[in-house]
Amino acid sequence: MANVTNNRPLSPHLQIYKFIPTMAMSIVHRITGGALYFGTLLVAAWLIAAASGEDYFSQVNWFFGSIIGQIILFGYTWAMFHHLLGGLRHIMWDIGYGFEKEFSTMLAKANLVASIALTVLVWAIVLIVR
Amino acid sequence: MDMRTPLAKVRGLGSAKSGTEHFWRVRTTSLALVPLMLFYVVFLIMYAGRPYAEVVSALANPFVATINGLTVIASIIHMRLGMEEIIQDYIHSEFMKVALLILNATFSLVVGGLCLFAVLKIAFAG
Repeated sequence: MANVTNNRPLSPHLQIYKFIPTMAMSIVHRITGGALYFGTLLVAAWLIAAASGEDYFSQVNWFFGSIIGQIILFGYTWAMFHHLLGGLRHIMWDIGYGFEKEFSTMLAKANLVASIALTVLVWAIVLIVR
Repeated sequence: MDMRTPLAKVRGLGSAKSGTEHFWRVRTTSLALVPLMLFYVVFLIMYAGRPYAEVVSALANPFVATINGLTVIASIIHMRLGMEEIIQDYIHSEFMKVALLILNATFSLVVGGLCLFAVLKIAFAG
């Protein structure tokens, strides 16, 4: 029997649509979510090493203190802020607000700007305080 | 005619058997994670790369340990549910999908268990 599902039309995919801010931030929301999933492994390694004694800890901790470790941590902070702000937008939509086109486009752009600003701000404050 | 039993009607979960639980848990854990992650990420930036004794004594602080424990629980549930959604969206082979869902659940539980143990060990035993 012929495979009847083979020739069915496909629904339009990403490349068909015009690239707009809300769409871009939706994609970034999912990517940052995935990145945080694996970034948590690094945080877990640090935490578990701290519980395993000084020898283990010094190895893992050295990596976190290194320039590459700090860059990863900076990226982790940004991903966290972007995902957090994106999540708040989703909560807003869930309770039924903010569907107007201009407003949601503005908010999508604000999400990106605010995530970068907050990341820089938090790092600046922590580096000054510590 | 409605063929459902009275119990099924009361539960209102339909044929998928779980209703809106997945959605609801994602949202509740996400709200919990807003203050928790703000604290956690600042703590992480402050102490990553610092000497062992300093980090352990900071982690042993009862307030920090409690926040850390709660963060681990909320984030493990949230990341497991989130990855579940990604797998269900993009993996179309039934075997691969089920395998990855099991792997995701196992991975989350193991990482969460290890982190909780680490948090409690530092808090109680140093």
